[in-house]
Amino acid sequence: MNEPIIRVRHLSHVYTTGFVGKKALDNVTLEVKQGSCVAIIGLNGSGKSTLIQHFNGLLRPSEGEVWVDGLNVGEKGVDLRQLRQRVGMLFQFPEAQLFEKTVFADVAFGPRRMKLGRREVRRRVLAALDTVGLPPSEYAWRSPFDLSGGQRRRIALAGILAMSPRILILDEPSVGLDGAGRDEFYLYVRRVQQQGVTVLLVSHDMSEVASMADWLFVLADGRLVLQGRPGEVFSEESRLGDWGLIAPSLQVLMAALRKQGIDVPADIQTLDDVYAFLLQQKCGQLPGKAPGS
Amino acid sequence: MSNIPLIDIQQMSYTYPVEKQGKMTAPDKKTLDDINLQVQRGEYVAILGHNGSGKSTLARHCNALLLPDSGQVLVDGRDTRDPASHQYVRDRMGMIFQNPDNQLIATVVEDDVAWGLAIRGIPVQEIRARVDMALRAVNIEHLRLLAPHKLSGGQRQRVAIAGIVALRPLCIIADEATSMLDPQARQELTHVLYELHRDYGLTILHVTHLLEEVIFAQRILVMEQGRIILEETPSSLFADVEKLRALKLVVPDYILLADRLRQAGLAISQSAVTVDALAREIANE
Repeated sequence: MNEPIIRVRHLSHVYTTGFVGKKALDNVTLEVKQGSCVAIIGLNGSGKSTLIQHFNGLLRPSEGEVWVDGLNVGEKGVDLRQLRQRVGMLFQFPEAQLFEKTVFADVAFGPRRMKLGRREVRRRVLAALDTVGLPPSEYAWRSPFDLSGGQRRRIALAGILAMSPRILILDEPSVGLDGAGRDEFYLYVRRVQQQGVTVLLVSHDMSEVASMADWLFVLADGRLVLQGRPGEVFSEESRLGDWGLIAPSLQVLMAALRKQGIDVPADIQTLDDVYAFLLQQKCGQLPGKAPGS
Repeated sequence: MSNIPLIDIQQMSYTYPVEKQGKMTAPDKKTLDDINLQVQRGEYVAILGHNGSGKSTLARHCNALLLPDSGQVLVDGRDTRDPASHQYVRDRMGMIFQNPDNQLIATVVEDDVAWGLAIRGIPVQEIRARVDMALRAVNIEHLRLLAPHKLSGGQRQRVAIAGIVALRPLCIIADEATSMLDPQARQELTHVLYELHRDYGLTILHVTHLLEEVIFAQRILVMEQGRIILEETPSSLFADVEKLRALKLVVPDYILLADRLRQAGLAISQSAVTVDALAREIANE
């Protein structure tokens, strides 16, 4: 469980299009534990996309090493096909990639290319649709284009899950979804994680990151400038500001409360924690049933 | 100052035209359906809604980019369906869009801000004064000699706003102007709009799908399916979390917390719509 599934050592990447090479990643070293959910945050142009594209072999390191699930991505003869089956990548606005006539056919596209037997393909497609909350009996034979944006995004996710990846990479997964669609999507990603899949999240949305990830990597100008648990990272408010990032509103609130003289312990993170703490402070009681959530 | 509203929209409906050829069918739903709206000079109004609710379409009727199918849109008393009114209307209603790159032209920031003035034949002295003032208004005086393409997204969006401010409009329409920006730049831009309203008396029409951007507005119009379904102040809207959820809006965590504390009996007032205000009220409780 605690073995790193991704190991990056002194990774640099230089894009060589144009006159001068641009160093998009500069000496990045990190490890991702198997079964965890980690998030990579940073501004546009900080190197997030460049980094994750190394994890499924879309890019090769200019310098340094990248090991993913026992495969050396920089090695010449590495089996990219195998690597990409193990590392599922959901790009931004993945619903734009749906193309088949039925939901079933779309989700089956990947496993069919893996040359699995018909029964196995069928089993995987049905399981994947179940995982993302689209019961096959109701959805499998409908056209993906008749469904809502949030549902289509979940179909794209199912298409990746049907290939049974060990690692799932999500690039800005909630952009463009409304509040309800967002909450649902998170729910299904969590379910995937519970099935033992390691999840990597690239996101701008700090409250999303705070609620989903158990470890954060902060990139700025191609360097890994900070890593840690969400609470630790977000308590570095002033440094985050230097990199153009802002902590989620709850963290900002807790910082403001501390300034007002309320001693909020550092291990308090989630909405439930803060609520319970404040209630205890203000009413001297433990909260009963939490209303409204 | 006249007493007529700056924007006066009456029973206005609009549907995007659809090609008749091929098998495309006529749209069964109107994009905007029976809109009635008055905005006074100097007001800060936010138009809030999720994708496809019609909020951008409405904004584009306010500077005659789109014209109503039925009903009327009066801007400072002029009917936008009269082509002779368009220049008058657009001089008064400045618009900024999602992507600042779509409205930057020149290779130097101050030239870009001066552009709209130059093509209107305004004397050079006057242009200088107005460009200075506009750069100051959005806090980018230090960038005046730089090339726009070397600036960050948030800075470029400010250049775009300065170009509009220099034209001395009565109103700025910001149509999802923050959606391509990083979170911090987004907060700053929202504040720039607020300052233009507070310090220069500009009317602001702020179109967005993000709740945290409407906190400075005096009025919030919520749109859904081409209609204005709700008109609220930030404090009354933020106090009703159930309603926000039903509107499919992403509710910031601190607003959820305020709601739960209130339900638990803590005296948190409705006016605590910013993080700082909430922190103060919790501390004083």
